[in-house]
Amino acid sequence: MTERSMSSDPQTGSVVETSATDTDATLRAILRDVLALDAAKVASFDADTGLFGYLPELDSMAVAGLLTEMEDRLDIIIDDDEVDGEMLETYGALLAFSEAKRGQ
Amino acid sequence: MVAYFDHQRLHRLLILPALFDEANKMRHQTLAVMRHLDHRQIDSFLPDLPGCNESLVPLEEQSLSLWIDAAKAAAQSFQATHVLAIRGGALLTPPGLPGWRYAPVSGKSILRQLIRSRTISSTEAGRREKSASLFEQGRKEGIELAGFSLGPSMIAELEESEIPLSPRWRDIEQASLNGPPLWLRAEPDFAADQAERLADIIAQGLKV
Repeated sequence: MTERSMSSDPQTGSVVETSATDTDATLRAILRDVLALDAAKVASFDADTGLFGYLPELDSMAVAGLLTEMEDRLDIIIDDDEVDGEMLETYGALLAFSEAKRGQ
Repeated sequence: MVAYFDHQRLHRLLILPALFDEANKMRHQTLAVMRHLDHRQIDSFLPDLPGCNESLVPLEEQSLSLWIDAAKAAAQSFQATHVLAIRGGALLTPPGLPGWRYAPVSGKSILRQLIRSRTISSTEAGRREKSASLFEQGRKEGIELAGFSLGPSMIAELEESEIPLSPRWRDIEQASLNGPPLWLRAEPDFAADQAERLADIIAQGLKV
């Protein structure tokens, strides 16, 4: 999940990172800002790290802010009907949702 | 009630606070900025908006236009020379008063976020509420969002409200404070270096 996948651009020969890598880094940066955690702590989040429902400070207003920030920084639109407990439950679920949104 | 640093100095700044939930998140930081302004010989005044904090009038009777009137009246009574509007406070800035807006946000975006927090908490409680019907309920009869009772005029005005344009106001973007936005924090927080940087930007603008 956190591995960087890189490939070589056949035309320019330069190494390009996939957008999944950016999404992961951006999502961690947003969580760092919301939860006031240091970079090392957020870097240790794995797919099973619990979010909404596990972190008492992450209330509905904080999650609303998190989603709005995801829209701005990941350049996606999140419909409120797409927001459910499952998507917010773990870091892995939130990342999978964000990556799917960016791929649309 | 008003929090203030008043020594009858040349520069007198009216502070318009962030709105609703963000007001709580930014209160400590706002007061820290005022203290730094005081050290830089700048007076500042932070009034409670009607219906908020110590104000005795009901919040559900308030609207953005009433708050704009209150901001104008406050500017006059404190003889403010400039304004510093924080986040949604930018929607209330008296047109005649020059100054700064820190990370201004539209009413539309504030309302969307409040509605979103309500749909998330309903989902958590096992109820499903559609944001479209919450907007409709708000417009018709008012609605409680994140613990704030908002009347129909407040909802209608927030929905329409964009960040006003005027060359009199300079916007201070979060990036220029070299730190993360504190209104995003799940718990109210404070950053001394950001408060100092914000006060510096204003002091430089006023050449004090």
